[in-house]
Amino acid sequence: MSVLVFIEIAKGKVKKSSFEAASYAAKVASQLGTQAIGLAVGQVDAAELAAINVSKVLHVTDSKFDGYDPQTLAKAVVEAANANGSTVIVFSHDTTGKGVAPRVAARLKAGLVAGAIDYPSTDGKFTVKKAVFSGKAFANVAINTDVKVISLTPNSVGVTGDAGSAAVEAYAPVVEASKLSIENVVKAVSADEIPLPEADLVVSAGRGMKGPENWGMIEDLAHALGAATACSRPVADIGWRPHHEHVGQTGVTVRPNLYIAIGISGAIQHLAGVNGSKVMVVINKDPEAPFFKAADYGIIGDAFEIVPRLTEAVKKLKASQN
Amino acid sequence: MKILVCISKVPDTTTKISFDESKTKLNTPNVQWIVNPSDEWYALVRALELQEANAGSTVTLINVGGADSEPVIRKALAIGGDSAVRVDVEPTDSFQVADAIATYAKSEGFDLILTGKETIDGNSSVTGAMIAELLDLPYITLANKLDVEGNGVKVERESEYGDQVIKASFPLVVSAAKGVADARIPNMRGIMAARSKPVTVVPYSGAALTSVESYTLPPEKGAVKMIAAENAEELISLLHTEAKVI
Ligand SMILES: Cc1cc2nc3c(=O)[nH]c(=O)nc-3n(C[C@H](O)[C@H](O)[C@H](O)COP(=O)(O)OP(=O)(O)OC[C@H]3O[C@@H](n4cnc5c(N)ncnc54)[C@H](O)[C@@H]3O)c2cc1C
Ligand SMILES: Nc1ncnc2c1ncn2[C@@H]1O[C@H](COP(=O)(O)O)[C@@H](O)[C@H]1O
Repeated sequence: MSVLVFIEIAKGKVKKSSFEAASYAAKVASQLGTQAIGLAVGQVDAAELAAINVSKVLHVTDSKFDGYDPQTLAKAVVEAANANGSTVIVFSHDTTGKGVAPRVAARLKAGLVAGAIDYPSTDGKFTVKKAVFSGKAFANVAINTDVKVISLTPNSVGVTGDAGSAAVEAYAPVVEASKLSIENVVKAVSADEIPLPEADLVVSAGRGMKGPENWGMIEDLAHALGAATACSRPVADIGWRPHHEHVGQTGVTVRPNLYIAIGISGAIQHLAGVNGSKVMVVINKDPEAPFFKAADYGIIGDAFEIVPRLTEAVKKLKASQN
Repeated sequence: MKILVCISKVPDTTTKISFDESKTKLNTPNVQWIVNPSDEWYALVRALELQEANAGSTVTLINVGGADSEPVIRKALAIGGDSAVRVDVEPTDSFQVADAIATYAKSEGFDLILTGKETIDGNSSVTGAMIAELLDLPYITLANKLDVEGNGVKVERESEYGDQVIKASFPLVVSAAKGVADARIPNMRGIMAARSKPVTVVPYSGAALTSVESYTLPPEKGAVKMIAAENAEELISLLHTEAKVI
């Protein structure tokens, strides 16, 4: 028996969401009295893999997997799961996980919970909690098969446990070449830019900002906090911000610890993507803005005046902490 | 080109969600059922655009659901598509949906199977990948752009890490996200035509692998704490000392 966790490498580093999936797997393994094993695919320093909180990491470096094609990755995961007698297989519920986890589940005829937000309950039935109805409810889903597949919503459980001392072993699964031809147009991101789906702090702004030229103050606040930036849908549609920043029903779903909504009215379709946030702050000049009903903290006022002051206050707080 | 579009029936976004006493069933009397947005706006509309650009192509819609899915299937047919198939089972998980669709599609020779990005009730984003695995086909998730090129497709995908351009030959499965197409509004002619389009019902007897034991609602939100604009800086100290998130 074992718990297998899929570990993704992005730009030479283990993704934050993979660290979370690994600590989730370690916890499930201890619940079941077994060990967690990682399957890492991509070029990365063995030292970084050794720090993952599992007992062993199988490291796949074959360039055949470079494009992260779900079809070939799923075969590799199934092979590793069979070789290690894995009864629980954990993924992160991100773009790669959404492609690979269901393929593994379908191949093994194993029940899947996609988008878990908490640890499974293992006394009695094996049940896992996930958000449904666009965050308006939760479902406790029982997995009724011997092998169980779980994909974990990023930023749901955080990274727990100490840095591990995993044994790293080279691993070469036998799979045919990908049927996809994949060309990666790698984005030139600055080192301190935080990918939105993984961010635990998010500063988001809407049409209230009037135009793209006013986003400097949003970026300044995000930068001071170490937060990612997001936006409402119309803002992405009119091209003020890139599409991958658009949150909501038709965009990205986020579950940060802190979501700051600036000049966003709080339409239900917007809330659908952010209502899993732990703490929500709303800044809007209209006291009737529906977003205040969903907020934990609210300020009624002009964003153009308030946001720069908040940035200064954050800088002061950070300076006092050093 | 033969295209299959997977259409799911979901409660309208603005529906107030509540459950019956057993906590396992959605209260449905006041629910407005709609075609899942990403299935309708992105997958179906892009399929129709590809059909218009490639003479002789067909677009078939498929839904896995009971007889009460028929109004939603007709709504989708009013936008377009030649015919629809309803696999007659009330599905309880994504595997059952995918297996029902794969079982039907196996002998039909579709070149392209399109799904939406994600259902707004189950929020799983997995059905397309399962269909692909069950049919042993390639799968491309979350396409933002989809074109036919030679005997296959060229797909573009945007992500926070960068963009990807992916090419693959038919047959394959693609899930469609924002950008692939713009929503179309059904017109009177479409609505009339939809009434006479064939909807074939096929049986299915496979089982689900998971079951919902209970639904719960999120705890009531406490009252919002308002901070006067002139003391805006206080927010930052509250986030630090009270909410402890920064
Ligand atoms: C099916 C469907 C799906 C959708 N999906 C999404 C989705 O995924 N994501 C999404 O975001 N939307 C989505 N929408 C759109 C959604 O309904 C709203 O139209 C949208 O969220 C509004 O964006 P907004 O709040 O930026 O703009 P607005 O509604 O125009 O709100 C602007 C706000 O800024 C405030 N404001 C103006 N000036 C200032 C100032 N100086 N200081 C402070 N506040 C100010 C105003 O009071 C107002 O509340 C969808 C709609 C539909 C029908
Ligand atoms: N009952 C269903 N019938 C047909 N297609 C479905 C059904 N459920 C889901 N799908 C398709 O699968 C996609 C992803 O759904 P999900 O995996 O539930 O998020 C949807 O956008 C639909 O295209």
